[in-house]
Amino acid sequence: MAGVLVFADQKNGTYKQVIYEMLGLGKKAAEHLGQELQAVVIGKGVDNYVAPLAEAGVDKIFVINNDQLESYTTDGYSKALTELIKQEKPSLVLLAHDAVGKDLAPAVAQKLGAGQISDVVGVNFDEQGLLFKRPLYAGKVFSFVRFTDKAETGIVTVRPKSFDPAQRQAGRTAQVVSFSVNVTASDLRQIVKDVIRKTSARVDLTEADIIVAGGRGMKSAENFKILEELADVLGAAVGASRAAVDEKWIEPQYQVGQSGKVVSPTLYIACGISGAIQHLAGITSSKCIVAINKDPEAEIFKVADYGIVGDLFEIVPMLTQEFKKVLAG
Amino acid sequence: MKIVVLMKQTFDTETRINLNAEGAIDETGVNYVVNPFCEIATEEAIRIKEQLGEGEVVILSVGPDRVESAMRQCFAMGADRGVLINDPALEGGDEYTTALVLAKALSNMEYDIVLAGYQAVDDGSAQIGARVAELLNIPQVTVVTKLELSDGKAIATRELDDGYELIEVPLPALFTAQRSLAEPRYPSMKGVIQAKKKPIQRLTLADLGISADEVGAKGARVKGESLVLPEPRQAGKIIEGEPAEATVELVRLLREEAKVL
Repeated sequence: MAGVLVFADQKNGTYKQVIYEMLGLGKKAAEHLGQELQAVVIGKGVDNYVAPLAEAGVDKIFVINNDQLESYTTDGYSKALTELIKQEKPSLVLLAHDAVGKDLAPAVAQKLGAGQISDVVGVNFDEQGLLFKRPLYAGKVFSFVRFTDKAETGIVTVRPKSFDPAQRQAGRTAQVVSFSVNVTASDLRQIVKDVIRKTSARVDLTEADIIVAGGRGMKSAENFKILEELADVLGAAVGASRAAVDEKWIEPQYQVGQSGKVVSPTLYIACGISGAIQHLAGITSSKCIVAINKDPEAEIFKVADYGIVGDLFEIVPMLTQEFKKVLAG
Repeated sequence: MKIVVLMKQTFDTETRINLNAEGAIDETGVNYVVNPFCEIATEEAIRIKEQLGEGEVVILSVGPDRVESAMRQCFAMGADRGVLINDPALEGGDEYTTALVLAKALSNMEYDIVLAGYQAVDDGSAQIGARVAELLNIPQVTVVTKLELSDGKAIATRELDDGYELIEVPLPALFTAQRSLAEPRYPSMKGVIQAKKKPIQRLTLADLGISADEVGAKGARVKGESLVLPEPRQAGKIIEGEPAEATVELVRLLREEAKVL
């Protein structure tokens, strides 16, 4: 028994970058604890999805196939994952701090009577075991926490872009174990009536390397189009400050900040954003911050690595053109 | 229709965080507010009651006496009464122990719907709602942007990373609130005055039949060791010149100096 178990959430057999990041972290944790790295794939007909995980260094892959688990439901997946954990008793379970992970982790943790450490951005390996670093107040302060010995298994959700991904090596194999769970239709109290996926191929904010964000200075929902054009050229995600969301120029999913998403891109371009403390809390982990604002006194310039004081309606389209030119050549 | 709202009091998001000499978060001069997501949950509860023309909205919280002011804020919006649980033995607890206490209190209450904020802006854990639902053995839907009720069930719109899904659950059920679920109202003067008279039932662990060993530092599954402030970011450079020049220079710097492209 024991092991470091990664919940490898898949969509049609593909794994998001964060899964490989968790496998990278999981490998180090497993080595430190002297245990094996495990992964679990859940769905319908998921036997074919194990190769990428094996190549990424997993020692043992649990495959849970069940018709009722074809789509995610809290009840279905929490029951399945809990049954596996109760049997295999991993010491640590890693899930992404994304929509599914945030929904699934606490349900599983509570079924186990276990602790959960959410939104982990760092891990220290020491004589006691694992010390987890996580943000409080959207990153205005960081907390170092540990599991007590009250429960056998610790549940952790991992923030995307916080850990180096495991590298895939073609030809690496893993032990694959089929695990059957007793999940029937009557177990599922949530009935999914409809799913509406956005047609945009844009990368998710929390996973993006580059983010182009707009604030009050955008003045309207239509004007976000100029940010989308820049984002398209850069392969970036689009974000927004609270002011833009409050004005209903963009949906709340795109809000960056203390009561929105905390992001860690390589490059964050803030357009018409003044830099309120709550917004800055959401972007301080960015590697490089660029600010474009017509107010030279805007707070954002105090944290931006590069700033242009000017009219974003003039500058952003010029930036789009310049990037297009430079990235094409 | 009985609605219970799990409400947490947090620091105002304007607060700059400092550490005191003991390495703990300095609470001097901090402005405490209703956690923004709990405020949204409260608004939705009151809205449901108003739409149905009947019902009761109860605010349930764990915390010290200062939480009363947050409760009165909810009362001023239109909530009817509150239950506040406090006990010295709760010190050092975690999400597991907090959920245990809340669920125990709820097991003594009537409810058709339990609403909570999807996360607190202080710890960002996003666990309490789900844990309480498990303990009560009621279905949950988290990060809800819209709630429609019909006979004995609800259709909740849950936000995904890349869209939405509509989920039907039977009642009683628990929902955690995301931003667009409701726009919290500014309480009226009448609401503020009435709020002062609404009752708050205060409970201790003994009242709930919970032993001190189950909660606080003794019962916690997670314990904090230390806190650290992040490195403050320094101001960089303002790129001078006409827009056309500045743009070209910015792109050059991003490639050659920052090396982010």
